[in-house]
This record gives sequence, structure tokens and C-alpha cells, in this order.
Amino acid sequence: MYRYTEFDQRMVDERVAQFRDQVARWKSGSLSDDELRPLRLQNGLYIQRHAPMLRVAIPYGLLSSAQLRALAHIARTWDRGYGHFSTRQNIQFNWIQIEQAPDVLAALAAVQMHAIQTSGNCVRNITSDPYAGVAPDEAVDPRPYCELMRQWSTFHPEFSFLPRKFKIAFSASAREDRAATAMHDLGFYLRREADGQVVADVLAGGGMGRTPLVGAMVRHGLPWRHLATYTEALLRVYNRYGRRDNMYKARIKILVRALGAAAFAQEVEAEFAHLVDGPGTFTEAELARVAAGFAPPPYAPAADAQADASPDAAAPALRQALAAHPGFARWHGRSVRAHRVAGYAAVTLSLKRSGVAPGDVDAGTLDALAELAERYSFGELRVTHEQNVVLADVAQHELFALWTRARDLGLATANIGLLTDMICCPGGDFCSLANAKSLPIAQAIHDRFDDLDYLHDLGELSLNISGCINSCGHHHVGNIGILGVDKQGAEFYQVTLGGTVGPDAARTAIGGVIGRAFAAAEIPGVVATILDQYVALREDGERFIDTYARVGMAPFKAAVYPAHDPAVELQNA
Amino acid sequence: MPEAPRLIRIVDGAARVVEDRWQVIDDAAALEAARAAASSAPDAPHAPDGGLLLPLGLALAQGEQLRALGRVGVWLAPADDPALAVPLFGAIALIGVQFPKFTDGRGYSSAVLLRTRLGWRGELRALGDVLQDQLFALRRVGFDSFALRADRDPVAALAAFGTFSGVYQGSVEPALPPYASPASPATPNSPARAAGTR
Repeated sequence: MYRYTEFDQRMVDERVAQFRDQVARWKSGSLSDDELRPLRLQNGLYIQRHAPMLRVAIPYGLLSSAQLRALAHIARTWDRGYGHFSTRQNIQFNWIQIEQAPDVLAALAAVQMHAIQTSGNCVRNITSDPYAGVAPDEAVDPRPYCELMRQWSTFHPEFSFLPRKFKIAFSASAREDRAATAMHDLGFYLRREADGQVVADVLAGGGMGRTPLVGAMVRHGLPWRHLATYTEALLRVYNRYGRRDNMYKARIKILVRALGAAAFAQEVEAEFAHLVDGPGTFTEAELARVAAGFAPPPYAPAADAQADASPDAAAPALRQALAAHPGFARWHGRSVRAHRVAGYAAVTLSLKRSGVAPGDVDAGTLDALAELAERYSFGELRVTHEQNVVLADVAQHELFALWTRARDLGLATANIGLLTDMICCPGGDFCSLANAKSLPIAQAIHDRFDDLDYLHDLGELSLNISGCINSCGHHHVGNIGILGVDKQGAEFYQVTLGGTVGPDAARTAIGGVIGRAFAAAEIPGVVATILDQYVALREDGERFIDTYARVGMAPFKAAVYPAHDPAVELQNA
Repeated sequence: MPEAPRLIRIVDGAARVVEDRWQVIDDAAALEAARAAASSAPDAPHAPDGGLLLPLGLALAQGEQLRALGRVGVWLAPADDPALAVPLFGAIALIGVQFPKFTDGRGYSSAVLLRTRLGWRGELRALGDVLQDQLFALRRVGFDSFALRADRDPVAALAAFGTFSGVYQGSVEPALPPYASPASPATPNSPARAAGTR
């Protein structure tokens, strides 16, 4: 992974000193609450239901074993023994005291981590594909470009007080967008031109929230050297013309929609014309310097394995284990992905199991993950936007041993990509923004659908839960989405169908609302009805989302709201 | 005589607290009042480093009369297009950029445009809700004087200019990103290039 230079280390150390001074001035009364707020937000500190929440950046999802152990230490020392992986490759601690936050930030800086710009109206943590560098389908490793942009956006003096938050994601696979790139304020699809040059197709104005929109293409084939200067142009247009009168209309997506994508793109091009090939242009030397941090690990040469992770292609010992252990085989089918290097596989460990909030990890698990990463994956691990973790470089002959160990730790649930691999925000139990609790809904669904045979029969299906319209649980792009809403002070849940993140913007869709909202107790039954209808309607091998695309909302609506229900529907409208 | 308001100004690359002789004019009525006061006291000591700071629209409306007001400058509201000030450059000694709230970041882009695109080389002053914790970034986008909010101590705020010993990206000050610096492409920002020393 990218290692901090002496300069990088100095920057995070100076940031800690700066924040320590700001907290001291706030304690002494010379800095007001309102003046401290944006400063603490840009250091990741929210005031939440229980205490300030600290959101720590995990740039493009990459963590080392040493960093995992530091996170465990923070959880034990300053929190209540656990953390929560968010949907944007951050980890959140829910019980940090603001007076102690500078010490926590210092502990992070000691392992080359930070909470810089993880909140506030600025450029946030840059996210990417958790399989970056190892996915056979990627055109180029996106991480060096993410790191170039992370550095460029860090403490950017012009863009520290944007109209609203600004999220950037990178994807480099034409087959699958594993970073929900089209749902970001700014999304880069990296690819290679015929001559090998790395370019980006640029999407702007995507986002979730109360106005969910898929990003619009604003630039085709932007050479990588111009990533920062183009972004500077785009952010300047947004900074100057984005709405500031209403925080609900302040995201860039509202500006893009108001101007129209073509007119917005023209504005950006006009600004970019002044910057193109200027001093902000990235150099080959700088890319090479940063990319050196992402050099492949020392893979062992494999004698008889294939780059394919399928059981047929595996070495004899692995085939034997798969045949002898049905539990291992089932897990292998869900958790093990192909790797670009022969003899290796990328393994996703599930953080979704009954009794644990999706994305939650206790300190013991963080330490155990550090050990697993060291033992099986060159000391590195990635976190995914689906709130799971990935060991990206596991030798295939060690898969069985890894499974055994992960199973003992409760991290080998064979549900990756299935119904119970839910994305879920912390919701009303923790978050002061939430309208409704989300974690008990996830638990109720876990309890109702705990039969792995049934889950495997249902196949690939995403179910995403958000406790409010801020959409941290990405319900808009869940095949089944569940949104907590407030109805006269009571918690209700709206269900959407058909949301999906496709390989590009055209194949990414926002889910449609099925009808009136439901009480919490109704949700497992509603989900069961939707699933029954899918099973009844599906044709050979069709995934839920394919069936939905073919038959539309109507048959699901009819099943969920039978004919005798209109009175209730009216009453709750 | 009351103590003159103080402001922070960058002098020879270093931030200093100096007296502020400029009078900020909010509107036409305030301009009339200032003129009347000046004509009633023609012998009042003239402040050679002060003047009248007019809203951009009011300054443009003065036309040829602007020079008759003596030493003047203009200030921009967040939504003002800084390009409109270009025709006045020959007649003004100062441009102010107003921050009604410190969280309104439009003035940062106004400053960058004035410095990098429109050619303003004179004094560029941050006005309004200007606070210690924004000074480092304000300096970087090209401001060289800072009228700190009246209830704050400018001397205590000077520490802000030393917050960071280097930068990750070019802006106005410094203009070059670390990777474009010929001195040390692999180790960005030797201390000599740190903001505040150029």
C-alpha cells in the first residue's frame, strides 16, 4: 500500500496539532460551538445520539494489519470496544469524547491514518473497488489515481467550504461497478484507450439522499494527467454556482440538473480550458512515485493452478476439500473470487451475521482480521462499500485453512451477495439524523431468512436499509430497498424495488416505491411476499433484478397489497 | 482619539498586525455620509494608506466620478462576478472580498480568479466573518490582508499562518503543486517552499 513520506507524516501530525489547539480554544470559550462545528466535522467528528462519532477514513478501502490493530486499540481505549464499517470505506466509532479526539487522531497518525475531510462540506474520502489490483476484469489499478486525488484534495484551500459535501469514487472495470461510482457527486470510470493510455469517463451529479440521481456523463476520455485540473474546474463551477440557500438543494446534482448536464459540462469545459496543461497537471514521475506503493506483493509461482477461482480449475487438494466439505464448498461459491494471478483468489469475509449489526466489528475481530491478513494476504485487507472485508491475495491452497479459521471467528457466513448480505446504516439507535431504527429491521430479516439453502436458491439479491432519507444504507440502489420514515412521530418503513448498481450509468437504477409504508413488524412478511412472488415469476436462472426488469412493479404490488387492502392503503396514505 | 481598527497584512512574506485606515462603505447613503464628513473637515489629517472601500456595483455606477473620490477600492459580495471589477483595476488600490459567514466558500474562488486569471496584483483583503482558523487557506488563495472579525484578537490569530509547513496542491500561494516543483519531485515541499516564506 502507499506508505507516507516524511512530508505526508508531517502533514497529518500538523493536522493533529491544529485540531488539538482548536479543541483547547473551544474548551476555553474563545471558539464558539458554531465556529468549531465545521472544523470538527472536517476532522470526522459528528455530535451524535450518544457522544461525538468519529469517522475515520480508509482511503479506497485499504488497511494494513498494523492499522487494523491500531483501530482495535482505539476501540478498546477510547470507545466501547467496537467500530462500524460504513458504506463509504470509513470506520466509525460511536462513543468518542471530544476532549479525547485529538489523542485518537494522534493514534491514527502514528499508523498513517486520519479522519481528515470525512465529514463537512468538502471533498470526502475517495472510494474505489475493493478488488482493485487483483480483479481480472479491471483495465488498470485505480488506487494510484485515487491516491493522487486524495493528496490533491487534502486541505484544498479553495474547496474547504463547498455548498455541500462532495464524494468521489473510482471504478476501473467495464463489467461491474463495485464502488457505486455512478451514485457519487463525481465518478471516474477508468479505462484504457487502444494505444494503452489511461483515460477517465467522468460522471457528475450522482447521489442518494432525498433526490436520488444517477450521475450524468460530463466528459468522455479525460486523460489521467488532467484528473486534478478537471476536478478543480468542476469544483470551481460548483463552488461558485451551487445553491447555498437550502441545504437540501445544495449538492452538485441539483446544479447539474438545473443547468442540464450538457450546459453544466460546457461550464466546466470553459473553466478547464484555463487550467489544462497548467502546473496542476499530474506528471508521469508523480504517478510512478505513488504507484510504487501499489506494486504487487511477492506472489509465489503456482505450478498447476489457473487464474480462475472456479472449483474445476483448482488444484487437486482444493478440489478434494471442496468435495469433502459442503460448508466449505458453499462458502467458496459465495466468498471466493477469481484473481488475476494464477494460484491466488480474492476472499470476501462476511460481516453480516445474526446478532451483529451489519458492518460492526469488535476489537477482538479487528485483531483477528489483522492476523488473518498477515497469515493469508500479505498483511493487507480491504473494506467494501457493502460493509464486508476482503483478503485480496490468498493462495488457493490456503483457502481451506482460511475458511476453517474464519468460520471459528464467525466471519465465514456463506451469504456474500445474497439476501442477508444487507447494507445497513446505524440508524436511529445511534444516528441523530435518523427517522427510524434500521438495525432491528436487519435483525428481523436475518431471523426470518436464516435458511442458507433458501438464500442460495434465491440467488444474488441486494437488500439495503437506510434509517432516513440521507440514504447512508444505499436503499435507493438495493434490489429491495427499505427506508425508515416518520409518520406522525411513529417509525414506518417504505419499500422500494428495482434499484441496482450496473456496470455503467445507463444500467444503474434508482428503486421505485412499491406503495404505502409499513410498520416494523410487517417488514419481514412483506419481504417474504416479494420473494415468493419472485420465485413464482422467475424464469431459468434469472436473478431477482432480471425478473423485476422483465415484469415490472405491478405483480409485486399486487402481491404485497392484495385487493382487500385499499381501505388500509387509503387510511395510511 | 479612538484606537484605529487593526488588521493582518502580509508584509515581505510575513504576517503583521497593522492599523486599518480603510473605511468600508455599504451603500450609496453611506458614501454620501462619508463625502459630507470629508467636506466638513477638509483639514483632517489625510491617511495616505487608507481610502473608501465601495461595493462593486456602487463603484461601477460612479463611472468617471470614481477618481474624484480620492483613494478608493471595491469589495465583492460572494455572488459578485470578479471579472466585472477588471475595468476598475487602474482606479482602485484595494479589492475586498466579503465573507458574510465563514462557511460561505465562494470568496475563495473569487480570490483565485482575481489572482490567477484576472491579473489583480494589488492588495486583496478578506472582510466580514474572517476568523483565525480560515487564515491559512485564505492566504493560500491569494489574500494578503485580513480584517479579522472585530471581536477577535489579530495578534493571537497570527499563529494560524504557521499551521502547516507545506501544501499538497498548487493554488495561488504557492502556485505549484509539490509534484511540479523542480526542486524535489519525490519529496514534496522542502521547508523552504512552505507557505508563508515565498
